[in-house]
Amino acid sequence: MSERHYKDKKSILTGEHFWQGNIAIAEGAIAAGCRFFGGYPITPASEIAERMALRLPLLGGVYIQMEDELASMASILGASWSGVKSMTATSGPGLSLMLENFGLGIMTETPCVIVNSQRGSPSTGLPTSFAQSDMMQARWGTHGDYEVIALSPESSQECFDLTVKAFNLSEKYRLPVFILTDGLVSHMTEKVVVPKPERVKVFDRRKTQKSPKDYLPYQPEDDLVPQMANFGEGYKLHSTGLTHDERGYPDMTIEAHDKLVRRLVNKIRKNADDIIILEEKNLEDAEVVVVSYGVTSRVVPPAVKKARSEGIKIGQLRLLTVWPFPEKRVADLSQKIKSWVVPEINLGQIVREVERAVSKGSKVVPVSHAGGDVHDADDIYKIIKELV
Amino acid sequence: MNKTPKHPIEHLLRMDRIPHIWCPGCGIGTAVACFIKALDEAGIDPDKTVVISGIGCTGRVAGYVNLDSFHTTHGRAIPFATGVKLANPDLTVIVFSGDGDLFAIGGNHFIHAARRNVDISVFCINNFIYGMTGGQVAPTTPLGARTSTSPYGCFEHPFNLSYLAESSGAVYVARWTPLHIRRMTHSMAEAITKRGFSFLEIVSPCPTVYSRYNRLGDGLDMIKYYHENSRIENGADTKNIPLETGKEIVVGKFVDVERPTFLDYQTEQTKAR
Repeated sequence: MSERHYKDKKSILTGEHFWQGNIAIAEGAIAAGCRFFGGYPITPASEIAERMALRLPLLGGVYIQMEDELASMASILGASWSGVKSMTATSGPGLSLMLENFGLGIMTETPCVIVNSQRGSPSTGLPTSFAQSDMMQARWGTHGDYEVIALSPESSQECFDLTVKAFNLSEKYRLPVFILTDGLVSHMTEKVVVPKPERVKVFDRRKTQKSPKDYLPYQPEDDLVPQMANFGEGYKLHSTGLTHDERGYPDMTIEAHDKLVRRLVNKIRKNADDIIILEEKNLEDAEVVVVSYGVTSRVVPPAVKKARSEGIKIGQLRLLTVWPFPEKRVADLSQKIKSWVVPEINLGQIVREVERAVSKGSKVVPVSHAGGDVHDADDIYKIIKELV
Repeated sequence: MNKTPKHPIEHLLRMDRIPHIWCPGCGIGTAVACFIKALDEAGIDPDKTVVISGIGCTGRVAGYVNLDSFHTTHGRAIPFATGVKLANPDLTVIVFSGDGDLFAIGGNHFIHAARRNVDISVFCINNFIYGMTGGQVAPTTPLGARTSTSPYGCFEHPFNLSYLAESSGAVYVARWTPLHIRRMTHSMAEAITKRGFSFLEIVSPCPTVYSRYNRLGDGLDMIKYYHENSRIENGADTKNIPLETGKEIVVGKFVDVERPTFLDYQTEQTKAR
């Protein structure tokens, strides 16, 4: 945190920087228009809060350190309804608390962003080290039926880029969006290129043009997302975590519940093609494919290179969005590719999604690691070798 | 045929949601009526007013007022309101919730919002019990009082909410009962316009559960009880006014002081940067 940035009142710091992932996330958020951060300290995510505390008050925004993660999550929902883009950042133990009001954000369709810099878990686990073991916590951690959006950066540059993207998706589809990073990507310092302001693509929530008399706050548009109005604009909005009708009023009927929950799920499922970002390499002739996300993607290239040098036809599929899972693309690819390798720093989470999506007769092999380090590239190579 | 005349506070109620869920004799409806009148008295623009509730009987207030309103999760109305107010300081933000919501599951949020002096008002209906879930013991239940989960009488000392609010840093603290309609309305208007964290404790009857478990009669009996046993003492030391079974209820405006808010300090301390 250099003196230069301390004094900088520009929101987009165009130029080349040498930033740790957490700083890049904070700067990505500011570039996307985030002006409210409610958080609680936790390793390895605290630098995001520290950067926001430094920057936001000078940009007309607010940083507030709440009393816990329950309050942090509640505060960013409130700020969002006041019309201000908002964010919080935490690690697994904090996310366990935030998931309470994450559910309220899903139910009331509140745009905001939650960063989870994953560490070794369960419980207090490995605070100063890292893992990818909260993938399913993010997917299913709050109670009920719902779909989530989660992005997983592999570098400081992607921390910046995907944070901007996370805000855009949250505003477009009206839900809290996860950034599932980890302690290593959070603390790795790398080059980040911040584009000129006009090159940063920012999507703001679709505001209703209707008069307060005609506006129904939960009446969806064709893409199943309702247009939004903010507090203080004369719409006399009512929102509740209870099952509600298009007016936002509680409706305890089976029909109303079915209609609402299906729409909340379908607004993500039916727009999955617009949401999902994948990076594919050498899949045309591949007989084996390695599926990876986040920091593990950094260990895959040496393993792939070694296998290629031995004539193994191997491709790579990298998930920049982990949720929604790209099941259609995996199913398509598995018509031809029958061998799948899934390294991840957990004992088998996303590998289950791959198993579920591939065609019959495919072989899916996990490469697990309990956390605290990345895989040895050789461990991935050995599995590839065994498969062919 | 005569048209039914409009109720004078109808314009700020969601009449399409009436009848409400509250029981006959409950004090919440009275407090809501006072609140609507207080908005008029304070001259606040309803379009810039937000009511936020937690969960429980009082948690339903947000659903009946014709204002921007949000029914949050259990205990989290205050941190949600903190986000609303800090993100748009032009809004008048009122948290309306119950004693269980605000002081058990939400207790930590209450003391910290008061300490920070976030410019919001918290109106607490204190009926000494969890009403909506069937009458369980609360952090406000008087020692010895019966509830569905204290069948041998409550074993715990209750919070003195007004004292807790003052010692946590609230700049405005008052306590009234639904008997004191005029004074409660005026206090609400003062609290809404007060700069900083203001707190109003509304001691309220719960004829359906609290009064039944403790044989206190119906709503009217409770109003009579307040009439005979409450004493107005503005400026009373909040330390000396706990609510105890069979003792007098001291009501009044206890605290009204000035202290800069969270945003005042942020503005001041970043001005030179």
